[in-house]
Amino acid sequence: MTVIQRPKARPADAIKDASMAKQKAMMAAHYDRLAAVPETGEKVAATFVPGNLNELIMCFDLVNNLPEVNAIQNGLRRQSGAYVMEAEKQGHSEDVCTYVKSDIGMMAKGNIGPNGKRLPNPDVLLLSYTGCFTFMKWFELLRREYGCETIMFQTPYMADGKITPDMITYMVKQLKQDVIPKLEKVSGVRFDIDRLREYLRKSAKAEDDLVKTLQYAKTKPSPIDAYFGGIYYIGPIFGAFRGTDDAIDYYRFLREEVEQRIKEGKGPVTPDGDMGKERYRLVVEGPPNYTNFRQFWKMFYDEGAVVVASSYTKVGGTYDFGFRHNPDKPLESLAEYCLNVYTNRNLPMRVDMLTNYVEEYEADGLLINSIKSCNSFSAGQLLIMREVEKRTGKPAAFIETDLVDPRYFSAANVKNRLESYFQMIEQKRGGLRGAA
Amino acid sequence: MLDKPKTATADIVKRCEELFTDLNFNAAREWKAEKPGRIVVGFMPYYAPRELVHAAGGLPLGVFGGGDQLEVIHGDAYYQSYICRIPRSTIELGVSGRLDFVDGMMFPSICDVIRNLSGMWKLMFPEKGARYIDLPHNFEDDLGGEFYVSELKETCRWLEAMTGRPITDDALRASIAVFNENRRLIREMYELRADQPWNAPSSELYLLLRAGMVIPVEQHNELLRGYLDAVREQSRPMKDNSRVVVCGAFCEQPPLNLIKSIELSGCYIVDDDFILVTRWENSDVALEGDPLKNLAVAYLHDSKSTPPKYEPDESKKGLYLVDSVRKNRAEGVIFAFASFCDPGLLERPILQDVLKKHNIPQIAFKYAENSGQMQPIREQAGTFADSIKLWSGA
Ligand code: SF4
Ligand code: SF4
Repeated sequence: MTVIQRPKARPADAIKDASMAKQKAMMAAHYDRLAAVPETGEKVAATFVPGNLNELIMCFDLVNNLPEVNAIQNGLRRQSGAYVMEAEKQGHSEDVCTYVKSDIGMMAKGNIGPNGKRLPNPDVLLLSYTGCFTFMKWFELLRREYGCETIMFQTPYMADGKITPDMITYMVKQLKQDVIPKLEKVSGVRFDIDRLREYLRKSAKAEDDLVKTLQYAKTKPSPIDAYFGGIYYIGPIFGAFRGTDDAIDYYRFLREEVEQRIKEGKGPVTPDGDMGKERYRLVVEGPPNYTNFRQFWKMFYDEGAVVVASSYTKVGGTYDFGFRHNPDKPLESLAEYCLNVYTNRNLPMRVDMLTNYVEEYEADGLLINSIKSCNSFSAGQLLIMREVEKRTGKPAAFIETDLVDPRYFSAANVKNRLESYFQMIEQKRGGLRGAA
Repeated sequence: MLDKPKTATADIVKRCEELFTDLNFNAAREWKAEKPGRIVVGFMPYYAPRELVHAAGGLPLGVFGGGDQLEVIHGDAYYQSYICRIPRSTIELGVSGRLDFVDGMMFPSICDVIRNLSGMWKLMFPEKGARYIDLPHNFEDDLGGEFYVSELKETCRWLEAMTGRPITDDALRASIAVFNENRRLIREMYELRADQPWNAPSSELYLLLRAGMVIPVEQHNELLRGYLDAVREQSRPMKDNSRVVVCGAFCEQPPLNLIKSIELSGCYIVDDDFILVTRWENSDVALEGDPLKNLAVAYLHDSKSTPPKYEPDESKKGLYLVDSVRKNRAEGVIFAFASFCDPGLLERPILQDVLKKHNIPQIAFKYAENSGQMQPIREQAGTFADSIKLWSGA
């Protein structure tokens, strides 16, 4: 088990981005744990961020490996471009999700993780099928390579904007009759529901602090950036740490750090230090670009634009409407968690959510970063944009990039669009002032 | 009403072509206008439980995009350039009023584009119902089966709210029976084409299938019977073509010209995945007992394999294509997927690998429903047909 030490310094005395350093240490420790699998003999479950059943996986002493996070790491380290091209050379279409191609390209090049060490082969592919069609084909592709047990766990889509008892029944039955017995077989560990309850109790605690942290963005100026910074915040809880003491410690530490920033009247921390004056407050829909992450972020903070709420930080679970993992209903709550993943919510729910964000976080408008290869997010975003604009009366804008394919990040285009968007916001403000 | 089919295939094909090119769906409009209280329920390609709409006294109407004739004016404003074509032409059909007579739309859970389109429909056409049909990827009766029965029940309730009348089990059984007959006739047509592809060309077969999407199933059955009889009575010249299976056109439709181009290039299509809903089940759906359960059982255990569907057993992955090649004495496979189609294009490398392992020749290209330029496809398919002959001669 990875043990993360709480920094000795109190948050007030800590270096300005201590939470980020702590988060990085956690992620690095997890990659080291994965790399050490040949020595430790631990078994590995590959699974996806949305619908990631970390608490259940831990009940079987399995280590969680998330292919999307690997792709993100490859994007940040500028290796994904070569991996994507490698996959295309093997015959994968230029039209499909670049996460998949980055993963397949990485595999072809020896499966080297971000720490320079080889990632272990999975012992089981837990195909938690939530919110994205690509997941299914992705694991069918990996299954051919690894020849290991593959478990399909289907989450029905929230097409009518509600969770029905039939959906929960289907999911709980799959867990009982299919998922858990197969995980027992792969791991050789018997399922203990009390162990699950304990992990879920811990999850809920960390979830409380995550929600508080993200909601602090309602403060003016916002002490956090809920998109670029938010990506660091969600790492542990959407990854291999939900349900652990480490996650509880991290999110408490993060919350305290952010509270301290509010006391000091500070805005978010950026890679270049504290952000200057907050000039624009935005809500962002869609994943970010990772190949030019810092450059992309800089285009915002250089202009004093802070993201106060984002849908991407809900992709591994939506907690801000009250859902928490519940130890008293362990399996039902795993089901409910999967159902609530952002991309498993229907389009009208997504519109409502973004509209609320614009209003509750007093944002200047909605910005959509449309990802070329991600139909799950992207199909329908132009309508989302128009609807949110109509309902809030605030201007919206649309930019297009890709997650991990550098060929689709055009810095000049994105910058131009952002600049005109900020001008549009200014004009709108001027208009409002004029009208007042 | 349709004319009683005459013995010439040309007359029947002409009628089908008229139905195919009519993007105002006049046949369905007329059917609805004939009797007050009738409903028309649209469904998108792949699979939909049409029996339920029929049992509700309605007409299930296939909405299969705009083809190469529809000018998309509004639809493009709803979709980025990197999303396939069918959702934008479907929006176009809606926005332009061509579906104004439709009472509801069913969206099968084929991919994220259609999934999100179901929500767009709710926002854009709130007065028309939108029903997402969540299909099971678990194939156990008491898991995926039970869930699917609940989905079907929910769909019945949705339809009942439209008509104000309950859907009875007997009505469902009668509907299953008439669709069983439809599927039987279509299977017969597929067998006939595989036997004599020169006598029942695929461009005709395709039009026959498309006709079934816009007219009542009873009329379609008559049409099919007429066509089968007419084909058996005629003899067209046989060419020295190569026999191929076409795979990939399960959702966005290939232009009719694409099918014709493949045939003109020297290939006989002997199996395909066009309009899969017409022969989703491999044999009759049972009539005894609980009809919804019977539909679910058929879905789980007796239906076609296709890229959007999960295959739980790795050892069976892609073998359906090998089986189809063997059964239909095909010599190669043409993969034709819609551009930007996730289910198809993600699956393609797996299927290609399976075929390679079985030494089955293959080629692949992409299309859009409005692709106009067929020359490259004709050349590619032509070279493929020639090379097949060379290999088989060697
Ligand atoms: S399609 Fe989108 S949601 Fe799905 S795996 Fe790719 S990036 Fe993630
Ligand atoms: S063509 Fe493919 S991606 Fe497009 S809607 Fe159909 S199945 Fe989905």
